[in-house]
Amino acid sequence: MDFILNEEQKLMIETARKVGEKFGPDYWRALDAEKAFPTECWQAICDAGLTGAMLPEEFGGAGLGMVEVALIIEELCAAGAGATLAQIFMLNPIFGGVSIAKYGTDKMRAEWLPKLCSGEMQFCMALTEPDAGSNSLELKTSATVEGNGWRLNGQKIWITGVPQSQKMLVVARTTPVGQIEKKTQGISLFMIDTKREGLSHTAIDKLGTNTIPSSQVFFDNVLVQGDELIGTLDKGWHQLLDVLNTERIVTTAGLIGAGRLALKLGADYANERRVFGKTPIGAYQSVQFPLAQHWAELEAAKLLNLKAASFFDNGLPFGSESNAAKLIASQAASAVAERAMQIMGGMGFSKEMHAERLWRDARLFRFAPVSEEMILNYISMANLGLPRSY
Amino acid sequence: MKVLVPVKRVIDYNVKVRVKSDGSGVDLANVKMSMNPFDEIAVEEAIRLKEAGTADEVIAVSIGVKQAQETLRTALAMGADRAILVVAADDVHQDIEPLAVAKILAKVVEEEGAGLVLAGKQAIDNDMNATGQMLSALLGWSQATFASDLKIEGEHAVVTREVDGGLQTIKVKMPAIVTVDLRLNEPRYASLPNIMKAKKKPLDEKTAADYGIDVSPRLEVVKTSEPETRQAGEIVPDVDTLVAKLKEKGII
Repeated sequence: MDFILNEEQKLMIETARKVGEKFGPDYWRALDAEKAFPTECWQAICDAGLTGAMLPEEFGGAGLGMVEVALIIEELCAAGAGATLAQIFMLNPIFGGVSIAKYGTDKMRAEWLPKLCSGEMQFCMALTEPDAGSNSLELKTSATVEGNGWRLNGQKIWITGVPQSQKMLVVARTTPVGQIEKKTQGISLFMIDTKREGLSHTAIDKLGTNTIPSSQVFFDNVLVQGDELIGTLDKGWHQLLDVLNTERIVTTAGLIGAGRLALKLGADYANERRVFGKTPIGAYQSVQFPLAQHWAELEAAKLLNLKAASFFDNGLPFGSESNAAKLIASQAASAVAERAMQIMGGMGFSKEMHAERLWRDARLFRFAPVSEEMILNYISMANLGLPRSY
Repeated sequence: MKVLVPVKRVIDYNVKVRVKSDGSGVDLANVKMSMNPFDEIAVEEAIRLKEAGTADEVIAVSIGVKQAQETLRTALAMGADRAILVVAADDVHQDIEPLAVAKILAKVVEEEGAGLVLAGKQAIDNDMNATGQMLSALLGWSQATFASDLKIEGEHAVVTREVDGGLQTIKVKMPAIVTVDLRLNEPRYASLPNIMKAKKKPLDEKTAADYGIDVSPRLEVVKTSEPETRQAGEIVPDVDTLVAKLKEKGII
């Protein structure tokens, strides 16, 4: 088994580190306070050619795989951003890029992918609804035929990154449940403008990940053109899953990066801080051991995530690996941010120490993009052969 | 004009250096290694000369262990056109001394017909600050050290040097060796497309013997030791006590 990185992978990690370090923890702290999108950072990532790592070379990408994407994201996130930066990769190269590259028309690919890679265009994806979260097949947003196109009606919630995006991948029912055999049928994907008559959105006030807004989105008779369908009419569900498949790998890579950052903040503080006499608190096992424990967890999650990524790149099933990696990584990243705060004592509660931001942000990923419970359900069924419990 | 840029693989500047227990040197086993930061500045400057049309080709050269291939790949990913690796050591702890490096570089310069050598002013591992100067002597070329600005004007290089108390601008005849200082430029990082392109750029591998140069050490390292740990300070109530204390310790 080969765990050795090749020269190119080492170089791209180095580039990701250097780009990431230009936007260190203080940059993210300021944006978090302003609830502002990291525009300059994303542009720098695009300028370094990192955005299109897994997109086709002919459209501005590098034609690499998810292993490289995971390595790049981890390094960028570890340099200061924490887990949130991974979400921008989810929105653009994954939700936008993979859907267009795999299911878009030639025109969409030629027009949009180069702009996605260069940072000129940003994307978001609207799936979740108030009554369709883990049970996303219950989605009620509908697209009804009108002329050559459709009229879109419905409501979405927890849609990430709407205000800064030009395009939104909308998941809607094109054939009502009564007229199909299975709920997975009759669903279609559309790539529409975020600025369009009848489309409105409002930001949700939330605990963390403040640098990337989450919104409610309302479709009130929104006109969709015939050429905005992406993929196959009524058969969009499996194509959507194909696009979403890699989001766990992306999320986990971000969490490993966030965990590494929290470990570093905690260990650096523990090495400096002296409370009783001349001994730094890092010399105490009660301070060392939890950090060492989380290091081990993060390293294990990283290996499992890279295994999932490698399986994906080689066309093998990777659901169990990517789910399990995300489960461990989200718990470890949350726990290590919490531990870093505890090590810092009162200072951990102050924003200037950054641990609290990592702690707030990491919390999201214990239920998004998939909850711990749904992962355990999945493993119980897929890997243990146990009956479906819900 | 061909520009030759020697690059050295050194311990990464972020790594906390540990001295080996026998005092023979710094422990380099399983330690992150990178391109000498001054050499990165030299590579950047060479690429800028090429972008400006002053240089036709940028050739990176590294002399040392086989792993220096990674350092050369970094130079190629930044934008150098091709690279030459001169394998001169098997052990990562074996440092090739400046004179041997300069002798090999002199051969490479002649072989390639380079018109300018841009080198880091020194390597951050042993701070010798000698290779560029020795190379200039061996070739009989002009030298301009500690460059913070460089302009090629016809047959001359106009170099601004950082000296004590200010800046000195000198004009030297080409061909020349210019060793670069920290403030010459801010090196770019390798973009992903350039990293992928670097894979296909030529990297020739040679040995010190190919150039007929003996690299065996002439210097002996007697001892390597960690810097002394800083003594704890003392807070004094007023200036008089401070002055008294300083006198007591013989500082003033």
